[in-house]
Amino acid sequence: MADMTAPPRESFRLSQLLYDARYRSLTIQVVAAILIMLLLVELVDNTVTNLAALGKDIRFGFLWSTAGYDINQQLIPFSSQDTHARAALVGILNTLLVAVLGCILATVIGVLAGVLRLSKNWLVARIMTVYVEAMRNTPLLIWIYIVFAVMTEATPLPREFREGGSSSMIFWDSVAITNRGVYIPAPVWGAGSGIVVAVFLLSIAAIFVLRRYARKRQEQTGQQLPVFWMSLGLFFLPALLAFYVMGRPVTLDYPALGGFNFEGGIQVRNSFIALWLALSLYTSAFIAEIVRSGILAVSKGQTEAAFALGIQPNRTMQLIILPQALRVIIPPLISQYLNLTKNSSLAIAVGYMDVRSTLGGITINQTGRELEGMLLLGLFYLITSLVISSLMNVYNSSVKLKER
Amino acid sequence: MSETHAHSAAFVRTEILPPAAPPPGQTGVLRWIRENLFSSIPNALLTLLALYFVYTILAAILPWTLNGIWDAGSLSECRAIRDERGLTSAACWAVINERWLQMLFGFYPIDAPLMARLFYADELAAAGGMDAVFGPGSNATDRIEFVAAMRADLGNTLVFFFGYWRPLAALALLVVAVAPVLYSSLPRSLLLFSLVYPFIAVFLLWGGSIWGPISVALGLALSLYVLKIVGARFGGLFGGLAMIVTLLCVFLNPLAPLGISGLFPLLPHVSGLLGSILPIGLPAITSDDFGGFMLAIIIGTSGIVLSLPLGIVLALGRQSSMPLIKWVCVTFIEVIRGVPLIVWLFTASLLLNYFLPPGTNFDLLLRVIIMVTLFASAYLAEVVRGGLAALPKGQYEAADSLGLDYWKSMRLIVLPQALKISIPGIVNTFIGLFKDTTLVVFIGLRDPLGLTNAIRATGEWNGIYWELYIFVALLFFTFCFFMSRYSMYLERKLATDRR
Repeated sequence: MADMTAPPRESFRLSQLLYDARYRSLTIQVVAAILIMLLLVELVDNTVTNLAALGKDIRFGFLWSTAGYDINQQLIPFSSQDTHARAALVGILNTLLVAVLGCILATVIGVLAGVLRLSKNWLVARIMTVYVEAMRNTPLLIWIYIVFAVMTEATPLPREFREGGSSSMIFWDSVAITNRGVYIPAPVWGAGSGIVVAVFLLSIAAIFVLRRYARKRQEQTGQQLPVFWMSLGLFFLPALLAFYVMGRPVTLDYPALGGFNFEGGIQVRNSFIALWLALSLYTSAFIAEIVRSGILAVSKGQTEAAFALGIQPNRTMQLIILPQALRVIIPPLISQYLNLTKNSSLAIAVGYMDVRSTLGGITINQTGRELEGMLLLGLFYLITSLVISSLMNVYNSSVKLKER
Repeated sequence: MSETHAHSAAFVRTEILPPAAPPPGQTGVLRWIRENLFSSIPNALLTLLALYFVYTILAAILPWTLNGIWDAGSLSECRAIRDERGLTSAACWAVINERWLQMLFGFYPIDAPLMARLFYADELAAAGGMDAVFGPGSNATDRIEFVAAMRADLGNTLVFFFGYWRPLAALALLVVAVAPVLYSSLPRSLLLFSLVYPFIAVFLLWGGSIWGPISVALGLALSLYVLKIVGARFGGLFGGLAMIVTLLCVFLNPLAPLGISGLFPLLPHVSGLLGSILPIGLPAITSDDFGGFMLAIIIGTSGIVLSLPLGIVLALGRQSSMPLIKWVCVTFIEVIRGVPLIVWLFTASLLLNYFLPPGTNFDLLLRVIIMVTLFASAYLAEVVRGGLAALPKGQYEAADSLGLDYWKSMRLIVLPQALKISIPGIVNTFIGLFKDTTLVVFIGLRDPLGLTNAIRATGEWNGIYWELYIFVALLFFTFCFFMSRYSMYLERKLATDRR
């Protein structure tokens, strides 16, 4: 029996580093590590030498000096006396604003277009095909320019809105579309408006609680609550009630013509609208394709099985098709949201002051800190991307197929 | 019973009646309309709505497009002609008619000497020959005037075919070079031309001495030859190292850290020597003059060609079992993908010179191509990784059980299948890359969209928008649409598992 034990251990030979698959990967990695280190050393060394030759160093102190330029769209107060860091923050908020609004609008249009492309109506399906192909096969930059040209060239001047002018405001005289931007009413928060907002937030929380309770109740007793109608009621009634009880504290400040331009209300700049619409329209074409392929990926047998069980078509969609389609739809949807966020850096085309144009544009030009500025800019986009993808991955893992 | 019935009945049909035509309304166009457009009341409403929508759009666009004015010198002339004809809206296509060469080629110089020889031989002879106009002693102003007059005289079409023969030849040869890659029914030997093509294209587009591209090609061939010879004798790893050393000697200076320069790289010596023996070449054109749609095609094709192999290598690296390799690839991919292309382009134009050895200063176009390639390869890596992951594990195990080594199993078993799965994604990336070439306008290259701004900046065409945008959009649409249709064709052709 002693003979059957393991063969005597081979002593390690140097050639095994090359010819033995167990050790070769180690050799390759060591060689690769050395090469990468050399490359990095070379890069850093070059950078240091080049910067020294230019008389520059790497410092981030410039962030705390006075910016000295104005930003035309500010979500937080900013004046030219503030620091470069605050200018960067304003830019970041502008980027995030257009990205979030863009994602929402793109999803709405995209889902609509994707579903309509599968419509049994031949004409509607063809129109949507044309839409998707036109959007997908031309550069985003062209769409941004085109929408911007529409907003600035094809819209009326503010003076056209005067008595006898050729234009008029829409939505009961509350919104004016001009070549200087779109003017919308601004909310004025009076005394007691905080309570109305609090009530509204509470009722939204209540909707979530209600949905949980309804699901639990159905699992235990089998009885269904009219969740949709109750949610709808919860959404509107308490807030409206509070609004009137507090004596209508929230009013709207309507834009009105005064002097040469509109006054009052909020001016939404054309650059923002052009960027937002173009990003949304462009991305929606990609989302439409994702939605279409997601719905097509659910086998027809699933629908037939649901119908055979006597489930109504809209319940079938809601309970059978959508949950399965979502699994296919979510991962590519995440990357579309990411793309939209990154594409918002094309704001440069229309002069929208996003982070690339504050931190990565004017700040760099004024301070001459290209390396630091681009590094921070890159880091911002990188972190945003990683955060979006990890958030969506959490959601994705909650809807994905639970396998053994 | 039936028999008796047959006998007793007055008449029994013996032959089968031909099938009757369906009732009217159940055939042809009418039925198609009913099924596809008016199958239910909501559907009918939708159809009417869609019809109204299409009508509105066409009513707005068609008169404008079809009434377009093709022959005018400026926008104000266009408007005058429009008013004269009593139209309210008409496209001013004249701008395209006048500027399409610029939109296609930017400020790429035309081959004026060639055109003069071809079309003005007699006049030139009378004026005292070519030298009087183009010779070293010629007056620069006279020369510019002569070229401008010739352009105006000959018209855009002739200038297109003869003045721009270099980019046109490069494009025509590109089609020849790409065809055997795209369509496998063509003879395989054509692939050799595809390998040679990049050097021909560089020579045609940039000009200069013919020996530059040839010696680069020779250097690459030499490195591959060294890989083959040394690899066969001492194994792949040594072969690879020997190839790297050869590449360094030919293209870079491996002795630079020691402070020795002059001997290496070998390339300038070789091309200089050849050039002094046999000076052949075309007039050199710098990258600054490149522009227009040609620029998009150059950046797009080089990005596509270069990023595919790099992307595959990155994808394999990301799937690798070696932690270091995997970690490096993952970092590279995530960092590149996490930051917008426009930021990378700014990095290329602002910062790249910082990272390179002091004193290096290379072409902006080349920097852009490098950046675009790196960017696209990170996206491609993710697409290919999807294909690698989608392949059943059994395929990998089968390759292992056949005793194939890593590269062989990848080359023969895994990659062909993985790439086939990822064709739609790969083509999508290529289309995206091609569209993204428009972004170079922000770092000062003259892409077609940048040229629309330049054209608008002139006095004649100030205020014109739609015609230029539509022209550029159509150019891009044609190319991208072709690419997407090709990918569908490829998918159908490679669908070997469905019989």
